[in-house]
Amino acid sequence: MNLLLIFISAAIVNNFVLSYFLGICPFVGVSKQVSSAVSMGMAVTFVMTITAAVTWLIYHLILVPFHVVILEYVAFILVIASLVQLVEMFIRKISKPLYDTLGIYLPLITTNCAILGLALFAVLREYGFIESLVYGVGAGAGFTLALVIMAGIREELELANVPKAFKGAGITMIVAGSLALAFMGFAGLISI
Amino acid sequence: MAKKEVSLTREYLKGLWDENPVLISLLGLCPTLAVTNSAVNGIAMALATTFVLVSSSLLISSMRNFIPHQVRIAGYILIIATFVTVADRFMAAFSPEISKALGPYVPLIVVNCIILGRQEAFSSKHGIGRSLLDSLGMGTGFLLVLFVLGSIREILGSGSILNFQILGDWFNPWMVMILPPGAFLTLGLLIGLSNWWNDRRANA
Repeated sequence: MNLLLIFISAAIVNNFVLSYFLGICPFVGVSKQVSSAVSMGMAVTFVMTITAAVTWLIYHLILVPFHVVILEYVAFILVIASLVQLVEMFIRKISKPLYDTLGIYLPLITTNCAILGLALFAVLREYGFIESLVYGVGAGAGFTLALVIMAGIREELELANVPKAFKGAGITMIVAGSLALAFMGFAGLISI
Repeated sequence: MAKKEVSLTREYLKGLWDENPVLISLLGLCPTLAVTNSAVNGIAMALATTFVLVSSSLLISSMRNFIPHQVRIAGYILIIATFVTVADRFMAAFSPEISKALGPYVPLIVVNCIILGRQEAFSSKHGIGRSLLDSLGMGTGFLLVLFVLGSIREILGSGSILNFQILGDWFNPWMVMILPPGAFLTLGLLIGLSNWWNDRRANA
């Protein structure tokens, strides 16, 4: 039951994009088409799940026993950078079209704040191993959800008559604001 | 280098408006949105980011001929993460309150795209002097946006600025402005305004 709560909290109530503002760059950059949004979301969820597991192991089995918690940030970012490289090679191998769609945003997952944010939040909340894992999957699902909804709205927005100055980033932010407002309806559903 | 003729003042000033990291390049949006629920938080965040940006620019531009090309990104990130640790410890020691308010967003400076972007696009190709000016300019541009955004949200959301109450009892605070949706809406309007102004200037 507790695990279910963590999942729902990470995916919906405390959505990484809409209430923690993590991963805004890909959120604005890759949300033009639903299809690329889905693949980006899957790539991020995959990396997030692995990151949650690996950083938990590193934090609790290396950093804490050897009293080098001060190296937390350096260690986490190194792990994430190498993981992303791995995922990139993996995707290029199994699906070239997918690789071309994700393009520049794949290496950019490294500097996607959502991934490092996930590792930091999991430590901050003192989650156990399984809890961290569920938290990672939930956060990835929430990210994918926000990205896909946004891409759906933006596909329709192509046909709308938006003032010239607000085309692109401006209107995207305002739509995101309305989405965040809608997601706030879930606030208080679970308190974690 | 064809861009050699760019003057030194220009190198600094371009970060303030023409190549403003937030409004024009749309980098570093996460901290921009997350910590601007009050002007003070915005300023603290921008100062910490500028510190990391300037110190890593100095280090990277002076080491640019020694870092092997293939592993440069990993190298940059390590250097940035080290300076972020310094900034984080410093903040926790000297202003625990602000450090607490910013929470995990201080370590998240590591993945602020502005910093890595400037290292890759500028410091790795230019000398120390120019890199210093460039990173200071970008830092100031970031500070400006965060301060404006933080002030707008603080005035509308709690009727105060820099923690001084400026609007009286008649004012009914717009709670939504200090909550997440307010951040998106205000930034969207700011980006729209700056685009509108630049268009007008270009056509005039």
